Amino acid sequence: MQKEITVALVGNPNCGKTSLFNALTGLNHKVSNFAGTTVEKKTGETRLSAGLKAQIIDLPGTYSLYPKSADELVTYEILRNKAENNYPDLVIFIADASNLKRNLLLFSQVADLGVPIILCLNMMDVAERKGIRYDIKLLEKELGVPIFAINARKQVGIDNIKSALLNDKLRVTAEYFKLDHVDIKMLEEVCKATDKRNKYAALQFAINASSLLSEKAQRIIQIFEKYNFDTRKFQEDEILARYQIIENIVKNARLINTSQLKNSLTHKVDEILTHRYLGIGIFLVLLLLVFQAMFSWSSYPMYLVEYIFSMVSGYIESHLPKGILSDLLVQGVLAGLSGVMIFLPQIIILFLFIAILEDVGYMARVGFMMDRIMRPFGMNGKSIVPLISGMACAVPSIMASRNIENKKERLITILVTPLMSCSARLPVYTLLIGMLIPDTAKWGPFNVHGLVLMVMYLIGFVAAIFSAWMFKFFIKQKQKNYFIMELPSYKMPVFSNLMITLYEKVGAFVWGAGKIIVAVSVVLWVLASTGPHGNIAKVEQKYATTINNESLPQNIREEAKLQMNAQKLEASYAGEFGKMIEPAIRPLGFDWKIGIALLTSLAAREVFVGTMSTIYSVNDDGGEETFSNIKTKMQADINSQTGKPSYSLATILSLMIFYAFALQCMSTIAVVKKETHSNKWPIIQFVYMTVLAYASSFLVFIMFS
Amino acid sequence: MNLTELKFGQKAIIEKVTDDDLSLKLFEMGLLPGESILLENVAPFGDPIAVLLSESKICIRLQDAASVQIKLIS
Repeated sequence: MQKEITVALVGNPNCGKTSLFNALTGLNHKVSNFAGTTVEKKTGETRLSAGLKAQIIDLPGTYSLYPKSADELVTYEILRNKAENNYPDLVIFIADASNLKRNLLLFSQVADLGVPIILCLNMMDVAERKGIRYDIKLLEKELGVPIFAINARKQVGIDNIKSALLNDKLRVTAEYFKLDHVDIKMLEEVCKATDKRNKYAALQFAINASSLLSEKAQRIIQIFEKYNFDTRKFQEDEILARYQIIENIVKNARLINTSQLKNSLTHKVDEILTHRYLGIGIFLVLLLLVFQAMFSWSSYPMYLVEYIFSMVSGYIESHLPKGILSDLLVQGVLAGLSGVMIFLPQIIILFLFIAILEDVGYMARVGFMMDRIMRPFGMNGKSIVPLISGMACAVPSIMASRNIENKKERLITILVTPLMSCSARLPVYTLLIGMLIPDTAKWGPFNVHGLVLMVMYLIGFVAAIFSAWMFKFFIKQKQKNYFIMELPSYKMPVFSNLMITLYEKVGAFVWGAGKIIVAVSVVLWVLASTGPHGNIAKVEQKYATTINNESLPQNIREEAKLQMNAQKLEASYAGEFGKMIEPAIRPLGFDWKIGIALLTSLAAREVFVGTMSTIYSVNDDGGEETFSNIKTKMQADINSQTGKPSYSLATILSLMIFYAFALQCMSTIAVVKKETHSNKWPIIQFVYMTVLAYASSFLVFIMFS
Repeated sequence: MNLTELKFGQKAIIEKVTDDDLSLKLFEMGLLPGESILLENVAPFGDPIAVLLSESKICIRLQDAASVQIKLIS
């Protein structure tokens, strides 16, 4: 039988932990929840030998075991409980060698919990460039744990770690900080109250429990009061004592140290990128570049996706017997899927850019520059990362808000992030903008499509900022807010890391959107091709004589066929549903067809395009034209009541605004519920965004019609 | 003097952090008594500032930097 050991990766933020995780596990990993909790874990597997596998858990980067933010809490939660199933057999601690003292602070805390630990010194090259070098043999002797020099980004030294995992002799524990000055009687009581034998683990857990007011807090606070124990003072003393111990160990092993990183490359780059006056301009130009790239680079791959879909549907039509199954697949599922998948190239470009900005360390600089702007709106510099990556997808962005220490600032960030225009809106915007402006329009060197799109993203950002400002007055809190953040040194992006990130995020998008779209398309196709009381058959009968009368001119018969298709859709169940809600959306300029799309895209915005494809291809006779532009069909659509085009300027603008503001995304609602541990906040978020969308669309429609 | 008064090109030693709520966080980040500190950068609106410690670079708001007591050297 295969044996398995559990290994946790622990380290400071920006120490190269994710690179090591990727190097150890490749694509073989997944994100899931710890059984019975909302604590999320990222795990991967690596084979060590024929009979032994290691389950690697990637824990969020943290500066200490006294958590100050939600992501630090995750790491603490895993390391605190020995009885927990996922408690590691071994901790791999990754330390940034160029910043060893601070990294060893957390290392010494984790080691003192009594868990077997090995130390990986990462980024030795960066350290050397700073003029720092270590005698690893000596350091190993002084620290008393196995040490490995690695370069996680270049995948150097990974095999040594793997063989170390196989070697039971290397599974050692170490102790650094002694609790001599703490009342032993109190320690014994704390150990009893927390069910722990390790005194440091017990006291550490007790201090956290008393400040987080989690389980056993009452009992522990009583003990601390009885012995007059000042937890804050203790923590301060502990940190300073640990630094002292570490300095004594490190100073012998440190070979050269010219100290202070002045004149490093990072310093020079920062002089420009975070320049007092140029910095924000450079940031805006970068964003503009991203949008232009999304348009100018994506057209050929988009044709390719379109071509593949038309090949597949052609193949199905010619190989499956004509009938319901073939119709369902081609007009329902494939039409719906292709409507969204065609935007995959643009989505990939956007995700890639954001991943690069994160990987090189630029995002932290944006936070630094934007903090002052975000502050009056109840957020801080760290909110900029969720907001910017919200342009790709709100779900991982909301999770990225975990490093915001202040609860109110974090909550506001979570509430407004979905207003940032995400990639699911991209298909909707592109389709609608395309109906207003020809693809080829240029304004100077810029593609007008790209510019209008950028305006939509700006509108989303302004709405987010404005809503944040409103929430600032409604949400109460007493917690101190501060903005203290590390600015990591710049790094060259690593291709394999980027690809893994892209694979995960785009994969989640394709899989998540794909599932919903297939399901919705099938249901929609059925509802759009069947109707109550045999109404559809009646419509067909009414036109049958005209269409089948071959003595009539071709154009009259074609005209009759179009009219018949329109009336068939109107007579279907989908048409009935659409009409039912039409009174509610007519003030926004929407007809019943848009109504159907609004209903179906309640689950996910991008379904709008799929729905339109399905509606207009059910309308169609199938065949080669199924994949011809939905855009052209929508432009040609005539409102049967007014006799004017269904999609006027006012309607299109109103529709774009509606999609910019409405919370049509089940995954976002689910993740907000999880991250806020409540039903209240997702409901508030859904309501305020819907009201905002409805009111703004109404105003826009009136202004332009 | 406190950290907000530090000018470009001046080197200082951190003496203490007077704000009890902040000291733990700052110590954990490597900003602690005895460390040397340099002003590295000022954000576009004059706030926050980025400072260099012996091994790392962190940014901090002026209001928080005011609680960091420093002593100029050289």
